[in-house]
Amino acid sequence: MRVLVIEDDQEVAKYICKGLREAGHTSDHAADGKDGLFMAASEPYDVMIVDRMLPGLDGLSIIRTLRASDNRTPALILSALGEVDDRVAGLQAGGDDYLVKPFAFSELSARLEALVRRSAPEESQSTTLTVEDLELDLLTRVVRRGGQVIEVKPTELRLLEYLMRHQGQVVTRTMLLEGVWDYHFDPQTNVIDVHISRLRSKIDKGFDRPLLHTVRGAGYRLGGD
Amino acid sequence: MRLWRSSTFQFAALYMAIFAGSVLILLGLVYWTTAGFMARQTDDTIDIEITGLEEQYRQRGLRGLADVISDRVRSDPDGSSIYLFATPDYRPLAGNLDEWPALTADADDWLNFSRTDADGVEVPARARLFALRGGLHLLVGRDIRELVRTEALIRRGLGWGLGLSVALGLLGGLLMSRRMNARIEIINKTSREIMGGDLSRRIPRQGTGDEFDELGRQLNTMLDRIEELMQGVRHVADNVAHDLRTPLTRMRTRLEMLRASTGVDAGSDEIEDCIADADQLLATFNALLRIARIESGGRTLRSDRVDLDRLIHDAADMYQALAEDRGIELVADAPAASVIGDRDLLFQALVNLVDNALKYSPPGGVVRLGVSTGDRETCVAVSDQGPGIPDEHKGRVARRFYRLDSSRGTTGSGLGLSLVAAVADQHQARLEFADGDPGLVVRMCFPPREKSRI
Repeated sequence: MRVLVIEDDQEVAKYICKGLREAGHTSDHAADGKDGLFMAASEPYDVMIVDRMLPGLDGLSIIRTLRASDNRTPALILSALGEVDDRVAGLQAGGDDYLVKPFAFSELSARLEALVRRSAPEESQSTTLTVEDLELDLLTRVVRRGGQVIEVKPTELRLLEYLMRHQGQVVTRTMLLEGVWDYHFDPQTNVIDVHISRLRSKIDKGFDRPLLHTVRGAGYRLGGD
Repeated sequence: MRLWRSSTFQFAALYMAIFAGSVLILLGLVYWTTAGFMARQTDDTIDIEITGLEEQYRQRGLRGLADVISDRVRSDPDGSSIYLFATPDYRPLAGNLDEWPALTADADDWLNFSRTDADGVEVPARARLFALRGGLHLLVGRDIRELVRTEALIRRGLGWGLGLSVALGLLGGLLMSRRMNARIEIINKTSREIMGGDLSRRIPRQGTGDEFDELGRQLNTMLDRIEELMQGVRHVADNVAHDLRTPLTRMRTRLEMLRASTGVDAGSDEIEDCIADADQLLATFNALLRIARIESGGRTLRSDRVDLDRLIHDAADMYQALAEDRGIELVADAPAASVIGDRDLLFQALVNLVDNALKYSPPGGVVRLGVSTGDRETCVAVSDQGPGIPDEHKGRVARRFYRLDSSRGTTGSGLGLSLVAAVADQHQARLEFADGDPGLVVRMCFPPREKSRI
């Protein structure tokens, strides 16, 4: 994918661009707000990473301006501030996701992937989510694998739905906490792992081909081997 | 009854007591110089008359004195002067008194008595007795009706004066202490707000340049200095944590890339451990920064209606699987209750408590989450059946990095309860550690809605 990085901190910009390159993506870098806005408005990017505090024009203004001119390029806001109000302000300005510095590259990469997929309008208004032979009927809330009904608890169902909507992508633990439980907090223990292992024992046990993979140091991925 | 204990009121009361004492002395002096002077003058006149009459007796004898007295009685039809000349056995010889008074006189032969005047009215009189040569008795006196009336008038005047000055002094003292208290209360109110975490508050000044304004100015200057220092400290702490977090995050990423490039087998366990260590360090830094941010003030705190029952059921839902894995029964029983606060922070605090409870509960134990609502406060309670906290440690467990010896072996940063305490503090909630017998009950009690300032 093609990524625009609007970031004035050279170190951070270098770190992001290098990581993107190694992951096989192309990236352009703008070091101040105005350049960033012009580049975002003139070139077609799959996703952009925008620092909140920038010389010239701040990140939220860039996103607001782009949205006003009907540019829907997904934007991930980077911020050194970490409080909830900042996150809310960022999302209200038209940002699609929010990440606090410093961050692990795997977290950034997983979130970018999710943003790009989300903006691609492939599976339209389907009421069934499918990953290989795993099916989730969104209306009846019934899970089937290979035609066989699998009993899952409500929590596991929400987890599965989130994973299926992000199939083939790496999903981090933080993304799951935000996406499935809707709380922004740091769990002391890896509560997520317990839920995942239960879900895994239900959807993968007895089947030759495992669907729910653990991506070491990053998170989980459903399908897409 | 706070007024009685206020030092300004006590000051005013003391001042009033001294003032009343002074007024009393002053009025006493006035009384002595007016009423006392009149009485002394009457006595002097009587003395002079006695001397004169004795002279007459000595020169003109018994008959002469009787004549003089009769003359004087005649020339004074009002009876304002009283005379009685009597034999040794007190039979009247001359004068305007019918009989010798039955009362005994004082050591100086002075006598206060009352007599019936021509109109049949009892009037007070004062007289002096004098023994003449030959055993004869002489009584010279005055009608002191006017004197008594004047004295009474003066006394009444003085009484009113004293009462009025005491009343005015009391009123003045009250007003003065009320006014002083009001100004001190302004300072107290500001102090309370500052203690509540808003260090930007300053004491308002009235611009009169009086002592209170001066005190306010001094305190404000002191607060400016404290704020400056605290900002400095926070800045340093934030920078240190931030500066350490950034290279640590990069190191973590490099380790990930190294693992990816070396493949799965060679040395990957070591790399995995390094990544885990880096994650733990980052978690500690993040927790420290988070606590510092929460403690440093309510500016970034959200204040929405938060349903505690929903929070509790969500936490139970999230931790149910973990509890089952450890053989612990997790029971959530929460009636509808809500507080005003920051949903994410409250959830974080609750999760930290649940996490601790699960960590210290023995397998087969029960961990309960509950809410109790009362008139006075709304409490969230988390109880476990673990070893509990000995009384002597209860006051200290919420300190940063404080860990009981018995928990040294378990994982954890020692910051979990500090974060809970910081969140509780920002919500004006009381954090309480009680014995569950067995185990520990942690309660976070929120004040009634209208009292809460959030």
